[in-house]
Amino acid sequence: MATDTLALARQQLLIPAGLGEGDLHRALSCLLGHAVDGGDLYFQLHRAESWSLEDGQVKSASHAGRQGVGVRAVSGEKTGFAYSDEIVLPALLEAAAAARAIARHGGDGQLQVWQSTRRPVRYEPVDPLETLSAEAKVRLLETVDAEARRQGPRVSQVMVSLAATQDTILVAGSDGTLAGDVRPLVRLNVTVIVERCGRREQGSSGGGGRVGYGWFLDEDRALGYAREAVRLALVNLEATAAPAGTMTVVLGPGWPGILLHEAIGHGLEGDFNRKGTSAFSGRIGERVASPLCTVVDDGTLASRRGSLNVDDEGTLTQCTTLIERGVLMGYLQDKLNARLMKTAPTGNGRRESYAHLPLPRMTNTYLLPGEHDPAEIIASVERGLYAVNFGGGQVDITSGKFVFSASEAYLIENGRVTRPVKGATLIGNGPDVLTQVSMVGNDLQLDAGVGTCGKDGQSVPVGVGQPTLRIEALTVGGTQA
Amino acid sequence: MSEAIAHTAAPLPARECLETLVADILAEARAQGAAAAEAAVSFGSALSVTVRLGEVETLEHHRQRGLAVTIYFGQSRGSASTADWRPEAIRDTVRNACAIARHTAADPCAGLADPEQLAREIPDLDLYHPWPLSAEEGIELARECEAAALTLDPRIRNSKGGSVATHAGLAVYGNSHGFCGGYPTTRHSVSCSVIAQDESGMQRNHWYTAARDRNDLETPAVVGQKAARRALRRLGSRRLGTQQVPVLFAPELARGLIGHFVAAIRGGSLYRKASFLLNRLGTPVFPTFVTIRERPHLRKALSSAPFDSEGVATADRDLVDSGVLQGYVLDSYSARRLGMETTGNAGGTHNLIVEPGPLGHEELLRQLDTGLWVTELLGHGVNLVTGDYSRGASGFWVENGEIQFPVHEITIAGHLAAMFQGIAAVGNDVDARGGIRCGSLLLERMTVAGE
Repeated sequence: MATDTLALARQQLLIPAGLGEGDLHRALSCLLGHAVDGGDLYFQLHRAESWSLEDGQVKSASHAGRQGVGVRAVSGEKTGFAYSDEIVLPALLEAAAAARAIARHGGDGQLQVWQSTRRPVRYEPVDPLETLSAEAKVRLLETVDAEARRQGPRVSQVMVSLAATQDTILVAGSDGTLAGDVRPLVRLNVTVIVERCGRREQGSSGGGGRVGYGWFLDEDRALGYAREAVRLALVNLEATAAPAGTMTVVLGPGWPGILLHEAIGHGLEGDFNRKGTSAFSGRIGERVASPLCTVVDDGTLASRRGSLNVDDEGTLTQCTTLIERGVLMGYLQDKLNARLMKTAPTGNGRRESYAHLPLPRMTNTYLLPGEHDPAEIIASVERGLYAVNFGGGQVDITSGKFVFSASEAYLIENGRVTRPVKGATLIGNGPDVLTQVSMVGNDLQLDAGVGTCGKDGQSVPVGVGQPTLRIEALTVGGTQA
Repeated sequence: MSEAIAHTAAPLPARECLETLVADILAEARAQGAAAAEAAVSFGSALSVTVRLGEVETLEHHRQRGLAVTIYFGQSRGSASTADWRPEAIRDTVRNACAIARHTAADPCAGLADPEQLAREIPDLDLYHPWPLSAEEGIELARECEAAALTLDPRIRNSKGGSVATHAGLAVYGNSHGFCGGYPTTRHSVSCSVIAQDESGMQRNHWYTAARDRNDLETPAVVGQKAARRALRRLGSRRLGTQQVPVLFAPELARGLIGHFVAAIRGGSLYRKASFLLNRLGTPVFPTFVTIRERPHLRKALSSAPFDSEGVATADRDLVDSGVLQGYVLDSYSARRLGMETTGNAGGTHNLIVEPGPLGHEELLRQLDTGLWVTELLGHGVNLVTGDYSRGASGFWVENGEIQFPVHEITIAGHLAAMFQGIAAVGNDVDARGGIRCGSLLLERMTVAGE
């Protein structure tokens, strides 16, 4: 049975403020009264906590709460925006008056009748902060610390952090949208430093999703992160200088899908394409990848970090095909850009908070599996780089150049993975890189749930994934020329 | 409807109002049993406009409130924050902090800053210069800025817009040692980002100016023209072959390199042994011609502060003198962990100034002779534990001191310790737009990866 998240949102956001639907109508009418095409109100209650451990003890933790309402007025390509940290009617009307100032001419928006549809639920509206007692949170962190230290005497520092947020949102739009969502999100991270003969290396691991803290206890996930962080750090203790130059690169499954996020995903966001500022602008229907590549953005995956029941404009999330067998199929849209490009929104209108404007953003972006056994892919490479773990990445949308930085990589020599090399940045050209994909593994994996994407100063949680990929030529930024 | 468009950024509340809130929070903490407590209350107000292709794109009014408290039960601490200033919210927030402190372990180094280090006088650093910018006026300036870029050259074909923003803020910090201080600040900026296009493709670039006082900003037209020139010069970018060459960092990127140095000598990196610069106090980290000073009390400067975020008085000091590391970047906690004294850097550094050398940009290109002039970096490939550095780059190929052609889709890599020691020159072309002021930096050798 679908949980009524709208009722929950109403109960948490509107009722305590004494606001009824009549007040939402009044605020929206106030927006539309000034020749504005449309607008929306975004109510949000945000609660967060974070606990951190170092030196074997949980010595600091914090709690944060915020609530407010963002008011947006849209007129053609113009957007007026104001917000208030208080959810009360006078502040709401004042914000509406400030936001509508954008429109001096333009459309004549009509207030539509509220429509709220029944929706499938991608995650339960739990309050993750309350899913474990404080004692149990402390114990969980201590257990993770002990597991990391149990991996051997070289582990000199262990830092563990545990964090949860709950966002309750309600969107009321002049187009008749009335939607609510209750979004849990948890994350656990382990960073270790290992030391041998004066050399120090770091390793990090972690995971999370739209679940309660209990998820970390299931299948020993939290302990797995501890072991993985130490393994990574120890591999890096053995690493020698990374090669420099253009070579064949095999990317492992899962988190290396950050490739797709940077090289493809950002370039397909609707705003850049409407404005013609993306290297992918105007290329729908063209071949931008090898026929082995099908890439989707899917906000509907159960309990995933990047998933949403509805986006921040109240649009249902969906699985959008970006590239099908190498051909560019579509863009990621919010309402504004979809309207201006005369297409439908894809459930990708996202905002960091009520104090930020929505933008077209990714959810979970991944490449579908192919036919090859991953071992076969590695065996096919005479000389190249096998990169299996990454830090962050970045892209220049306009030129298409993107980078992502490996944190675990090995040399492949004569079809065999031989020795670890130091982390290095990989650089390529977004519209070309997938044309270089010559083999796709059958081992699709999604990442563990730690990704955060930044755009225009706004951070939102996202997911990525892919199977093992062989890329014929990519530039590896090591020091060994 | 121009009556509404005349809106300006919201006015700041009186300082006494925030001081009263801080006192209320500290009193509530005491009432709930805290032995010690500290609180920060802030208010920020901003107006920002973006004009794209001559039309208003966004008009944003920001009004942000914050309230944060840390309480101590003995040596155990807990923190909480909210955006709600009502008495019941203060009570709940202190309660949340207390609930946490009941479960955190006692930490002998935890606690407020030592009373004798707290600022006794709070000098006026001239940081508040409100700009009563109306939305209408902001739109005009943003339009002027973008137009200067769009009309500079027919190859400027598209735009991400011209923007004008003004921000005013007031923050008050107080603790149970009796310290309470606060002051208003302003920050204004004009920025522009445009796209140049020819048969070789599209290249974007941007420029911005930022200052406490709007009279210290570059004019909108200058910002637009610089953005356009910076985009145009990237047209026709090529790749380079893989090789080792000297590299000249443009001032805005040199600031970032110095930022990595600062991150590596920050208390948190040192006591966790998560830095490639451990135990280097009193030893040469840079060549002898490099001196880095901290000047927290510069009037009107963007990173000036009379006290740090735990109330400790800030003071002038030399971080690096003739290449030798003179001090770390510490707050009270990390200082106690290291058995040292705080350096007044809770919350960061306050105006780091890399002493400029004698050479300007042209002379540095001549000294570079043949190599890479880097003007943009991409990604975050910096490992502060090991010092390994590998980032995406674009810029220009230089031969015999002359720029040959723009380059992109390459990486530059090295090791930060060696890069710092390998600085061959510091330029006099200082970029003063941020908390670190630095001219160009010429590095002897890095690995460039390309074709």
